Amino acid sequence: MSGTFLGTPAFPTAARAALEDSQLRRNLAHATGTIRGKRAGVVGEVDEWEQLRLAGAAIKDRVLRHLPDYLEQLERSLTAAGATVHWARDAAEANAIVVGLAKAHGTDEVVKVKSMATQEIDLNSALENAGIHAWETDLAELIVQLGDDLPSHILVPAIHRNRAEIREIFLREMGSAGRAAPADLTDDPRRLAAAAREHLREKFLRARVAVSGANFAVAETGTLTVVESEGNGRMCLTLPEVLISVVGIEKVLPTFADLDVMLQLLPRSSTGERMNPYTSTWTGVTPGDGPQEVHVVLLDNGRTDVLADRTGRQALRCIRCSACLNVCPVYERTGGHAYGSVYPGPIGAILTPQLRGVGTDPQTDSLPYASSLCGACFEVCPVRIDIPEVLVHLRSEVVDAHREHRRVPSVQDMAMKAASWTLSSAARTGAAERAAGLGGRLAAKLGRPAPGGRTVLGAVPGPASAWSDSRDVPVPAEESFRAWWERTGRDEA
Amino acid sequence: MSAREVILQKARRALADVPDVEPVLDVPVVRPAQQDTLPHEQVVELFAERVADYRAVVERTTAAAAAQRVAGALAGRTPQAGSGPLRILVPPGFPAALVPGDVEVVPDGPDVAVSELDRCDGVLSTAAVGIAETGTIVLDHGEGQGRRAATLVPDLHVCVVRGDQVVPDVPAAVAVLDPRCPLTWISGPSATSDIELDRVEGVHGPRTLHVLIVER
Ligand code: SF4
Repeated sequence: MSGTFLGTPAFPTAARAALEDSQLRRNLAHATGTIRGKRAGVVGEVDEWEQLRLAGAAIKDRVLRHLPDYLEQLERSLTAAGATVHWARDAAEANAIVVGLAKAHGTDEVVKVKSMATQEIDLNSALENAGIHAWETDLAELIVQLGDDLPSHILVPAIHRNRAEIREIFLREMGSAGRAAPADLTDDPRRLAAAAREHLREKFLRARVAVSGANFAVAETGTLTVVESEGNGRMCLTLPEVLISVVGIEKVLPTFADLDVMLQLLPRSSTGERMNPYTSTWTGVTPGDGPQEVHVVLLDNGRTDVLADRTGRQALRCIRCSACLNVCPVYERTGGHAYGSVYPGPIGAILTPQLRGVGTDPQTDSLPYASSLCGACFEVCPVRIDIPEVLVHLRSEVVDAHREHRRVPSVQDMAMKAASWTLSSAARTGAAERAAGLGGRLAAKLGRPAPGGRTVLGAVPGPASAWSDSRDVPVPAEESFRAWWERTGRDEA
Repeated sequence: MSAREVILQKARRALADVPDVEPVLDVPVVRPAQQDTLPHEQVVELFAERVADYRAVVERTTAAAAAQRVAGALAGRTPQAGSGPLRILVPPGFPAALVPGDVEVVPDGPDVAVSELDRCDGVLSTAAVGIAETGTIVLDHGEGQGRRAATLVPDLHVCVVRGDQVVPDVPAAVAVLDPRCPLTWISGPSATSDIELDRVEGVHGPRTLHVLIVER
């Protein structure tokens, strides 16, 4: 695998390959099931969970509705605290800024904290092209990077790898990237983690430049936050002389006090812990402690386009907890790679098409159909993103985009196939079967005949209420999933 | 036009539907009502339980017995160097009375090289706040807490928290913390679940966290 998502086949095809990988399915089912259980436990401890979710959503909405003001305030606070602020319209600009800063410090390596934003802009490739090694320091990211592989989950990116595979990757690859793994390495997770500790410590102690993202950026104070478990974040944030943080413009929070809501919502939703092992906050430069040169790159890369869509805007509330992945019957069966994006699962199915725009790439256009609309993602989302509502909205956008290009039938066929395929796979899990069945019956009731004999959905109550009457979207096929699968399942590959 | 202006302008255009009112007024944020707080003794008890849940070592002790407990936390560790006493990093402002006599003290400070930190067997520190509900200690890196790297690089962290520094929950902690200081929130030792979801303590941070809760 080339380590980039470009050229991933459209979701149904990619997903079928994943479905045939029984190992991947077992790993994923185990991971999502375990985290789901832990999450339910710690969320149950909080009496006011719903109130907390509402507060989380409100804080993010407040920011999004006044984003320019908050960004300007953030810039002022950061600058006053001794940080340097950069702005980047797109991936190329952001990468150029980071590469330029690394070069200005004459270094040929940087250490990195796991960050979705830097994955989104494929910073590592840009650095490599400039002759600068980018070392991922999160254990899972290290496994993915050494294996020349792609992450498959936001939270546990190497969940598709087993301990034996990880041992092999370490033995084979660590030596050429730095300190080699000990020859007697076993596949005991403790031994594997110790090998990573030794391998990476050498890099932490010598690195002069670090790159991070940020979970939150407080406009009022200029405080950035990184939430993590292993301490690799703390290593990167404190040991090197120069720290560069690439921060999506939607990460802003109005006040420092807003962190209390987010720090209650995020760990419980994410790893199912009351609190993650380490949270670091820093406000510009602290003399005598940590990096004495601090840069913040504020990244747009499509976010202002998402902002312009009144229904889709709520996707920018996302705090990347991955709870929606862990409850999604489609994700559980297909894994993260099938989504062809750094953002997999339900959030990826809405964020990726919005960031990239619909109507040009079949892979991207197939994502809003990678769902059974069962609604579980909305139920768990700590900031109450109504993912089903946005999915439905995006399906209509996809159809509209192609209608404008006079390619209606073929794209609707494609969309139909994707939708039916999704339901067919989801139907093989119990919960989703019920949800999908209900959805199908509901659709049949609400649907009305359209020109050409297809059934389309008109106004839909509930989560899909933003659905406009003027936009007709095909409903999933009524024939049984198994029959559909037998009939068409094989001719797409 | 600069990237900054383009982004701000695009964002303004994208928000044409948002009326021009005071930013903070249009979306009300209603936080959960403050819970009835437990008596302080129970708050401290909960803190101890929750810290222990992360497989950290927790002991409750008195000021009089604290020095002995610190010594106990270091006892049985083998020095990295092989022979000789343990090398223990001690931040400025850490109570001298709590530092055992049989260790080699390495005073922390901006001039201590990272490689030097790496040669320390452990670090002693105080904390700014303890959070009962989540079992978290928060360092603001003031008196007795050292630089951020001090409590990160050595493999053992012995943290002394006074009972009266323990607050019930996260909002109470955020309310007393100063955002201008760098903050480190620690909930148990460094941990990873990246290999088949097996929890392993200690990848990069200290593999052992020993919390001493000291009361009169
Ligand atoms: S959409 Fe919600 S549940 Fe999914 S990752 Fe984002 S915040 Fe978490």
